[in-house]
Amino acid sequence: MKENHSASSKKVDKTSLIQKFRGNVKYQKYLFVYTCLLLPILFFLGIRILPTLFTFNVGFRDWNLLATGAKPFIGLQNYQALIQDKVFIKSAVNTLIYIVIGVSGQLFFGIIVALLLHKINRFVGFFRVIYFIPYVTSIVAISWVFQWILMKNGIINDLLIKIGLSPQPFLNSPDQAIYVIIGAMIWQALGFQMVLFLAGLENIPKMLYEAAEIDGASPWQKFWHVTVPLLNPTIVFSAVIGSINFIQVSFTQVINMSSDGTGGPLNSTMTVVVYIYQLAFRKFDMGLASAATVLLFLFILALTLFQMKVLTRKFDY
Amino acid sequence: MKLGKILTYLALILGSIIMLFPFVWMVSTSLKSPIDIFSLDIIPENITFSNYIKVMEESLFAKWFVNSLIIATVTTISVAFFDTLVGYIIAKFSFVGRGVLFILILSTLMVPTEMLIIPWYMMSSDFGWTDSYWGILFPGLMTGFGVFLMRQFMEQIPDDLLNAARIDGMNEFMIFFKIAIPQVWPALAALSIFTFLGNWNAFLWPLIVIESEALRTLPVGLSFFSSGEAESQWHLIMTGSTIAVIPLILVFILLQRHIISGITLTGMK
Repeated sequence: MKENHSASSKKVDKTSLIQKFRGNVKYQKYLFVYTCLLLPILFFLGIRILPTLFTFNVGFRDWNLLATGAKPFIGLQNYQALIQDKVFIKSAVNTLIYIVIGVSGQLFFGIIVALLLHKINRFVGFFRVIYFIPYVTSIVAISWVFQWILMKNGIINDLLIKIGLSPQPFLNSPDQAIYVIIGAMIWQALGFQMVLFLAGLENIPKMLYEAAEIDGASPWQKFWHVTVPLLNPTIVFSAVIGSINFIQVSFTQVINMSSDGTGGPLNSTMTVVVYIYQLAFRKFDMGLASAATVLLFLFILALTLFQMKVLTRKFDY
Repeated sequence: MKLGKILTYLALILGSIIMLFPFVWMVSTSLKSPIDIFSLDIIPENITFSNYIKVMEESLFAKWFVNSLIIATVTTISVAFFDTLVGYIIAKFSFVGRGVLFILILSTLMVPTEMLIIPWYMMSSDFGWTDSYWGILFPGLMTGFGVFLMRQFMEQIPDDLLNAARIDGMNEFMIFFKIAIPQVWPALAALSIFTFLGNWNAFLWPLIVIESEALRTLPVGLSFFSSGEAESQWHLIMTGSTIAVIPLILVFILLQRHIISGITLTGMK
């Protein structure tokens, strides 16, 4: 249509045509931008932002789903109740244990496997696939597989007896269960970290190692003074993502691996998220549960900032 | 070969055994008859597929599988489309409210999903969304992470390329589909794969929002299946787990190049 127009009236001023074209493009752009953003804006406001604010509000109220009528504002009472609640404190401490041991375990084994894979030149793809497989499988299914192989008369205890050790209670023991779950989580997520570190290692220029060798650096010094500083961005990313994943994924693992299905034995594997779930959907105390989610939010925020600060510190080259 | 290399391979093989053993034992148990499940043979003496028939006949396993497939597929399509579109608009257009919108979306990244479960649950019951596909779907239809990721990649597209298409008379939608999307294809593939995996494995929200047995997703179904009716029937639990896990492993082996380059890509951004 535009071509017809310009062809039929050659005498029309060129500049006004260009202006018209520009105006047309601009109009189209705005139409495009605002039509396309309509749904996303509604979504992010209605399903993310407002619910977040709503949670803060509920956390200050006595809000039980079973009780009808008023939901009075009670200030910080929910928060006070939580701080004095032994199960909540236990779940908070456990969450910290999950993160500290789980994330450092993941990073440690991820780096080890990546370094091993970096050293070889055959079957790299093959090994990478094998180590990565647990990451893509169903967490619930794998949780039950772990229960099965770790049960009292399961295959692992049988092997322990065969090599002359005593059988262990594993998930039935208040002392062992949390570490068994952390172990399963490390096993599952290690492949993800491995891929990240392998990519990081491949990005380090060989020249730097050669230079270090000329200076007479030992393999350990090369690792500590060349590899670690240059992998630092990857380590920060892995630690931050890993911690947030641990908090979320631990719900699925704990519910499906605990001997009683709710964070036992004796709350020894309970996490904050599992406790929030119980408060909200077993006891229907939405006020208390919301206050707990606010504390979780503040905790995650603080943790992320802390990790960024500690892990991005300057290294001496 | 040098000794160091041999030791490296040995360590990797030992690690591989640890990574694969739970799967081997799972499949092995699923092929054993109930009398044999406590035998410790890795290859069962009498291989039987009766557990598979039993699981399919006596539970809604096939239904749960289909539910998960539908939920994960719809969510992935929605996230891939909207996150890419919004990422593109924020990266390539200047308009009133762009900064505010970007900060708004970024701020949702800070809030953990767990914090939103309670308001989502109340919303669902007020609007009658509980116990429906829509109820499971609605919170995940767009993600802040995806928008952020796609924006990073869209920013690298040269403006001249887009303007050239405009001068050729292409409309904005065609420019988005035909010019912008092909430029960010690897990132889009990565986002799609991870969205699919994440939703396939989603547990907390479907557990809360679904009441009827027929609407459970595979993880929720499997969880009840294992803790309830089939308790101590380990051959059936392992059969269910095999059905839940094997398709994922097969898909992964097919797509592994994309998945691995996707992680690398997102990790480097």
